[in-house]
Amino acid sequence: MLIYAFDRTLDGVLAAVFDAYSLRQRPDALIGEGEPLPLFCDESHRVATTEEKARRVWKGLEKHLSHEAMRMLAVSFLSEDRELDTPLFHYIYKVFEAKRSLERNFADPDVLFVTNTARRVMHERLRMMQFIRFQKAQDGTYLGVVHPDHSVLPLIIDHFRDRFQDQPWLIYDARRQYGYYFDQREVTRVTFEDTASLPFDLRTGQLAEELLSENDQLFQRLWRTYFKAICIKERMNPKKQLNDMPRRYWAYMTEKQ
Amino acid sequence: MLTERTIEKLRILAESAKYDVSCSSSGTVRKGKAGMVGNTVGGVGICHSFADDGRCISLLKVMLTNYCKYDCAYCVNRRTNDIRRATLSVSELEEITMEFYRRNYIEGLFLSSGVVRTPDYTMERLVAIVRDLRTVHRFNGYIHLKSIPGASRELLAEAGRWADRMSVNIEIPREESLKLLAPEKDHQSVFQPMALIQQGVLENKEDRRRLRHAPRFVPAGQSTQMIVGATGDSDRDILRMSSALYQQPTLRRVYYSGYISVNTYDPRLPVLKQPPLVRENRLYQADWLMRFYQFRADELVDDLHTNLDLDVDPKLAWALRHPEAFPVDINRADYERILRVPGIGVKSATLIVNSRRFARLTSYHLKKMGVVMKKAKYFITCGELSASYANPIVGVNEMHPERLRPLLVSEAQRKRAALEQQMTLDFGNNEGVTTTDGTDKTD
Repeated sequence: MLIYAFDRTLDGVLAAVFDAYSLRQRPDALIGEGEPLPLFCDESHRVATTEEKARRVWKGLEKHLSHEAMRMLAVSFLSEDRELDTPLFHYIYKVFEAKRSLERNFADPDVLFVTNTARRVMHERLRMMQFIRFQKAQDGTYLGVVHPDHSVLPLIIDHFRDRFQDQPWLIYDARRQYGYYFDQREVTRVTFEDTASLPFDLRTGQLAEELLSENDQLFQRLWRTYFKAICIKERMNPKKQLNDMPRRYWAYMTEKQ
Repeated sequence: MLTERTIEKLRILAESAKYDVSCSSSGTVRKGKAGMVGNTVGGVGICHSFADDGRCISLLKVMLTNYCKYDCAYCVNRRTNDIRRATLSVSELEEITMEFYRRNYIEGLFLSSGVVRTPDYTMERLVAIVRDLRTVHRFNGYIHLKSIPGASRELLAEAGRWADRMSVNIEIPREESLKLLAPEKDHQSVFQPMALIQQGVLENKEDRRRLRHAPRFVPAGQSTQMIVGATGDSDRDILRMSSALYQQPTLRRVYYSGYISVNTYDPRLPVLKQPPLVRENRLYQADWLMRFYQFRADELVDDLHTNLDLDVDPKLAWALRHPEAFPVDINRADYERILRVPGIGVKSATLIVNSRRFARLTSYHLKKMGVVMKKAKYFITCGELSASYANPIVGVNEMHPERLRPLLVSEAQRKRAALEQQMTLDFGNNEGVTTTDGTDKTD
């Protein structure tokens, strides 16, 4: 069995494809650098990631795949799923091997796996658009804290920039410790150096009370009241509620706090 | 300025509005504009929350007032009902909408109102709010406006300029039943505003062909709602009405609302211990089949089957009534025929027709693609499931529908349906009524 070790970046996967073709090899699996080799491993190779290799492979892919499929590849990598590496590698490898585009061949397990992973990430992107809750701070900034399974913030900033273009906002990923700040002109990626001095609670997303704008509490109460009032008791269906709004998102949602 | 009193008013008015089921924020894509707040995403829309009853909360669904001069038997806000009444002021409603929207609680506003004084008086106030939101608050999000039956043409025309979607509820599919429950209303009062809105949309389309920047008129079209189980109307009446409505170019959605006994004292209404949720669910499934699966209403319900089968979904029911349409060859058949296989939805049907150009599909592939093989295997042939002599398939034709049916009904499903049928009380004086399984039940 032939194993490639790479640096766990998307560029790394692309560079691995480059190496495989230049060495005329076909590795069976990809593992992260420093991970122990699996049993029955005969040979391994360490992929040296360079921008040049990645760029050339990406450019080559553009010749064979549609715009949509290219996006799916990039999106699937945001899942941060370790199981994705090998199927993603094989998918790209096969694209260059096949005579025709195979992006719609869902009978191929690698294509199906990458497509399904991308679909899962896009689903969580939608969930973020649904469930982010902003609180208004005294300086007029709207703060929303989330804890997504996949690293989906890069996929949602366009939506929020388009929608809330006249209000400054900060969307923060509590799991990965980074966020995006919009100053009514452009979006910048931000991280806080010292997590102890954060103005909000990482587990609930609640902004410190002295920083909250004057009647934000009132609107939060109004929203909770509305949330309770709109429910029809004769139709109680907690199973469907959990299905559409899984409990892992509740901690950051105003109506469930 | 908002106060404690506002919270109480919002509670009362949300409780009055909640029986209107429409909630979607779909049907129109509008990008953000400089100097305005909000956009609409189109596609499936965005649901911002899900209430404890599992229904989605997309729009702020609220009434301006729940005082009403009408006395419709099925409505919680009827004049003779002893409930708490309230009216939100225009500025309160606008402020709540804007602040909720900016916090990403909602996708927009769904505004309706009880009828006070005259329809025009009420409609005028609704239009004023919507106009204010668009011009003063620069709100660019979704607005769904209920149009008040009997409001004048001019008011509807103005409302349509500001709203994304407008709706008038039919409530009861047969006019005789409607007259019985709401003597002050008839179907004419519903269809007239519908026709006016449609005319506005079509004229606007014509205008926009010549002037690209002409303001749009009700871009997300219309929707309507029918109550299920408040009268003896059968599923055939309901689905025929829906099917006729979907022929209209501007009608996008018909909603079905399982009747909840809100006015138990009224002898004209059935007393239901629980709302007919299974029946409502079957109607939605039938609605989906008409909109996305190319079924016609008369394929789902006919003179023999006036009500949908509660035990099995309408697609499976159709398949069991039509074994001659099967088996379908997954590797050869048209997309339309694959769509008709129970256990295969739009998503897997699309995957199938794309993938079979590359490889001969087997049941392993189908399973991986998300086909419910437990159901589908009786209705298809594919790679290894072929009708060869050595390896005969056991499908709907070999087993016969009546023997296959019990295999496909789960015990839990059957129990739920049976429980709901027991709850159905007969309408003694209303002829032509059959309970869902065709027998009379008086318990």
